[in-house]
Amino acid sequence: MTGNCKNPRENELKEERVMKKEFGGPVLFLDRSDINTDEIIPAKYLTEVEKAALKPYVLEDLTLPGFDPKGEKMQQAKVIVTRANFGCGSSREHAPWVLEVNDITLVVAEGYARIFRQNMFNCGMMAVELPAGEIEKIFKLADADVTCAVDFAGKTLAFSAADGRKETVTFTLTEFDAALVESGGWVEFADARY
Amino acid sequence: MGKTITEKIFDTHLKDEPFAGTKILSLDVVMCHEITTPIAIADLEWRKKDRVFDSSKIKAVIDHVTPAKDTKTAVQGKMLRDWATRHGIKDFFDIGSNGVCHAIFPEKGFIRPGYTVIMGDSHTCTHGAFGAFAAGVGTTDLEVGILKGVCAFRQPRTIRVDVVGTMPKGVYAKDVILEIIRQLTVNGATDCVIEFNGPIIGQFDMDERMTICNMAIEAGGTCGVCLPDEKTLEYLWPFIAEEYGNDKAKALEAFKKWHSDPDAEYEKVVTIDVSALEPVATVEYKPDQVKPITSLVDCKIDQVYIGSCTNGRLSDLHEAAKVLKGRKLAAGVRGIVSPATPKIFDEAMADGTLAVFREAGFCVTNPTCGACLGMSNGVLAPGEAAAATTNRNFSGRMGKGGMVHLMSPASAAASGIEGHVADPRPYLG
Repeated sequence: MTGNCKNPRENELKEERVMKKEFGGPVLFLDRSDINTDEIIPAKYLTEVEKAALKPYVLEDLTLPGFDPKGEKMQQAKVIVTRANFGCGSSREHAPWVLEVNDITLVVAEGYARIFRQNMFNCGMMAVELPAGEIEKIFKLADADVTCAVDFAGKTLAFSAADGRKETVTFTLTEFDAALVESGGWVEFADARY
Repeated sequence: MGKTITEKIFDTHLKDEPFAGTKILSLDVVMCHEITTPIAIADLEWRKKDRVFDSSKIKAVIDHVTPAKDTKTAVQGKMLRDWATRHGIKDFFDIGSNGVCHAIFPEKGFIRPGYTVIMGDSHTCTHGAFGAFAAGVGTTDLEVGILKGVCAFRQPRTIRVDVVGTMPKGVYAKDVILEIIRQLTVNGATDCVIEFNGPIIGQFDMDERMTICNMAIEAGGTCGVCLPDEKTLEYLWPFIAEEYGNDKAKALEAFKKWHSDPDAEYEKVVTIDVSALEPVATVEYKPDQVKPITSLVDCKIDQVYIGSCTNGRLSDLHEAAKVLKGRKLAAGVRGIVSPATPKIFDEAMADGTLAVFREAGFCVTNPTCGACLGMSNGVLAPGEAAAATTNRNFSGRMGKGGMVHLMSPASAAASGIEGHVADPRPYLG
């Protein structure tokens, strides 16, 4: 590289990058539609050129009753369950990245903004879309601690509340989105093919 | 079955369909700016694939934070600059020649009807004004675009919006698109292209069509698109005259082959009659929360911002200046005008428009995205509100705890004079 810019990926060069994601774990419920990219990661942090540097700022500008971006639920979460049009607004891939560096690789919602959804799959993560009724059933568990087990091959999500209640749903992915998850993302897929 | 303009562009650019419904398109233009591109560059280096598919099809600009405000933004600029240099990217715009991407790239004549365009920026839909398929994408799509010249899309459905009626005084393209977003809602066009059609779109000049297409994303649209016509031709003529042997009729015929067929199939058709439309503005934090401006006069403002890829073009500055001429900003209101490109800056300076802003008490900034997304040049303090000609009013967009009221340049100017959200019509003679 010309100039003196340090390659932001220098540290990653030293270790083997995990190309395929793991899915499932404690669930964070975000009970609102239209949660936008600026709420997921404010623009002022877009000056970072390393994904890991985004970590402390996840959902920093989201104000939602009972939600604390610095709280324990946020720290433990590996899955987000939310309502409609999640990730609307900016094209910034910093939104999926800030989830990724916080070990959240799965979002389950009624729907997504197109660019956010594509960005998730492009990174080998999952943005699962379910009908509003199914999302509502999962939200019924939200007064307890909930974990989600993912069967990618069988395309099921099994939600278990700490008080013993369970909710299992099936989901579908397009063939392309499933291929992106299996290959670890769009760069790997495109590089092998084009 | 006939085809829409978007279906025609998809058909002519289809490189692969690895799975039914997944279209891999070849790209005519890949646009880059310093916020979303450096991480793609770094990843290509990490993969030992620091290459570009075609340096003549890559356009790059430093526009979001320029001049750099700190070390981090200086590094982002440097990464883009060094990359453009080492790959021989000739269409790279830096300090002194840089402007807001979605204003400067059309101005340079980089877009053609029928083109496929991507950029790591959600307002890339602006370029659909020229009859192109132009989509905002994330950094990974951008990275693959840079390396391979392709991008994957689901076959989009099309919503046609027919804009009819007579434009009332004080109502502008910005009011029309805000009304369209109010009707479609913030996710009403998700996975759809919005085709803007009807006599009013035909009357609109390219600046107005860009304002309209710019905000397609605010309704969730993959792209906005207008059918290329005589006005598109006149705008592009300096760049294409040679290609068509100085024959405008021939060029127009070539443009029209992209037009949607009369029997094309649409997801839905919405008709908007603008005749009864009043000037409007947004309230709260979603761009579909749109109300008549006369109902919002209790909303005090601390700042007026006129600029951005939505409304920072010369005609926008002219409309605001008509309202401001001979008047002053209200006490306590800060005015910022940011011409979107150096050409616009120069023209506005030469024709006296910038002097009107200065006399009204405005600060004139260099061309930059700056305050629109709260990165520089006019960030709001918590509790403050702005009348802005920008495109997004999310909570914190222009600064944490700030409120943004989106409106037309004339309305923003009137709001600056009155110190609250205000109707521009009393100032229009």
